[in-house]
Amino acid sequence: MLLEIKDLHANIEGKEILRGINLTVNPGEIHAIMGPNGSGKSTLAAILAGRKEYEITQGEILFEGKDLLDLEPEERAGEGLFLAFQYPIEIPGVNTQIFLRAAVNAVRKYRGQEDLDAMQFLKLVKEKTKIVELSDQLLKRSVNEGFSGGEKKRAEIFQMAMLDPKLSILDETDSGLDIDALKIVANGVNALKSPEKSTVVITHYQRLLDYIVPDFVHVLYQGRIIQSGGKELALELERAGYDPIKAQFAEAV
Amino acid sequence: MSPTTQHATERYLAEFQTFERDHPASMWLAGVRRRAIERFASLGFPTVRDEEWKYTDVTPVANLAVTPIFRANLNGDAARISGNLPFGDIAGHRLTFVNGHYSPELSHLETLPAGVTVSSLAAAFENQNEVVQEHFGKILDAENESFAALNTAFAQDGAFVQIPSNLQLETPLHLLFLTHGEGAPVSHPRNLVLAGDNSSVTLIETYASTGEGVYFTNAITEVIAGKNARVEHIKNQMESPKAFHIATLQIAASRDSWVRSHTVNFGGRIVRNNATAVMGDEGGEVTLNGLVVGKDAQHIDNHTTMDHAMPHCLSHEHYAHVLDDQSNGVFNGKIFVRLDAQKTDAKQSNRTLLLSRDAQINAKPQLEIFADDVKCTHGATIGQLDEDALFYLRARGIPEIAARNILIRAFANEVLDGIPVEDLRQKLEAMLLTRLS
Repeated sequence: MLLEIKDLHANIEGKEILRGINLTVNPGEIHAIMGPNGSGKSTLAAILAGRKEYEITQGEILFEGKDLLDLEPEERAGEGLFLAFQYPIEIPGVNTQIFLRAAVNAVRKYRGQEDLDAMQFLKLVKEKTKIVELSDQLLKRSVNEGFSGGEKKRAEIFQMAMLDPKLSILDETDSGLDIDALKIVANGVNALKSPEKSTVVITHYQRLLDYIVPDFVHVLYQGRIIQSGGKELALELERAGYDPIKAQFAEAV
Repeated sequence: MSPTTQHATERYLAEFQTFERDHPASMWLAGVRRRAIERFASLGFPTVRDEEWKYTDVTPVANLAVTPIFRANLNGDAARISGNLPFGDIAGHRLTFVNGHYSPELSHLETLPAGVTVSSLAAAFENQNEVVQEHFGKILDAENESFAALNTAFAQDGAFVQIPSNLQLETPLHLLFLTHGEGAPVSHPRNLVLAGDNSSVTLIETYASTGEGVYFTNAITEVIAGKNARVEHIKNQMESPKAFHIATLQIAASRDSWVRSHTVNFGGRIVRNNATAVMGDEGGEVTLNGLVVGKDAQHIDNHTTMDHAMPHCLSHEHYAHVLDDQSNGVFNGKIFVRLDAQKTDAKQSNRTLLLSRDAQINAKPQLEIFADDVKCTHGATIGQLDEDALFYLRARGIPEIAARNILIRAFANEVLDGIPVEDLRQKLEAMLLTRLS
């Protein structure tokens, strides 16, 4: 088991956002988490990556058996967890390439690997930029500064490729992308797929799942996973919307 | 005059009597000194009731019972000091002054091109150098500035640099001012730099000490840039944590000259820099940049003035403050655009990064514009480290301290990146992080 979320409850400013999430992700699996706005999808992603403004009131998260909530964000990255941000942060004055080299060598150090020297690093950059068709001109700029929406999302996938995570969480990576950019992002994710690596795709739209085919689809609503199924569940949601599931849930409660 | 510092003023006046008796000077210099002490006697030390000193109380500076040390005494420490000179290994010429006095044994002068003068001001005074007599104190306002008057009254030594017209001095010139020894020494270093028409020069000033003691440095640097001259100036202020440092940089920019100054402040208990550039003819371009790195209870005040007296001049100004602990920053940026100075383009920005809840900044842009066809912009920001950026870096595996350092460096680099001497720039960048760790 790579990731195990057990009965996770979380608050922000006294308001309960997650109300008992259970989710298990095994190596090699792709999971999609769907749900209407405000259902808690991004909160879940933020908690997994280590944002501190949420209060965990109940439950636990295990990453390869380790208590994830005990780890700092940088330790989680070192362990092999990666979050592709819904809104990647612009950091003026910090050169993308220098930032990335610091990041790559920090996770390598955490994993007991040698630092990459400048040559090895550039070789890796060259190899990985191809996956998302990212211009190396962008790497000379400050982190995400002045990038278009599509460039930001591709840069996230590029960073993911550079950091070689075991579990990638894509938080609405498809939002705001045109179909060409979406295909590039999806191709990038598929190119990195392996029997050991897993992906959790958080999305609002079924469209992305035409290109990244999930093994499991979960519907998050009001802080709980109210339905899980195979990829056909996504198609059903696309056809009928969330209302029938919401109605079923309302009856059950 | 404030009663709390009146006694201090009188002490300096009494000291002047001794100084004058023990250090006879030429008629010219004796006259300059005497006029200056008279001005100081009537001005006294400034108080917080003076608008220009509102946020900086110099009472502790005035009341410091300083020991006048009129001669550098290395007490046989020369070899040890020589091995640890601040920025001692950057390439170029170096003039070192200990307690305000030229120290040949700690200096390093390579062969200079013909016509270039790099000497101690004391030697120039001694020789009754006519160029010095013509320019000394001429662009400065020692009539109304207490500390400038005090420096002028006690002026003895410093650097005299003269670059002849059409000469490009490639290697930087490093003026290093060290304070050495116990007993609260005071020094009044005085530098005069004349860059001839079409010449270029890179000048570095460093103020530091060999110990951690209490002392007072009251420095003045006058820079006169000739027509079409290019002057790069960098000042590193890294005095002891208990020291008082008050300094004036006065720049006169002639027609089509280009002057860029960077002030980097790490040191001092109470620090005040006055930097003034007068663009007295058309086509001049002046940059005044500054970085302030404050920690503990340091108080660092920068007052700048860009004086656009004539048309078609450009000025750029960027001051960045990184303030930790209970440190205090003051920034006052004046821009004058005189009636004649049409087509002025003046830009000013100052940004502050507060790393602790107790750190404080008083920032004040002050624009006085009398011409009607000009561009003047100014901006001030004050903030903390961006938590979202910090989280983003950490989520990519970069440990918290390293992530903070990346962001602090990015902030400070807006100033440091402009420093044209690469090995110095790298050393300052490294010092920034050591300083705040």
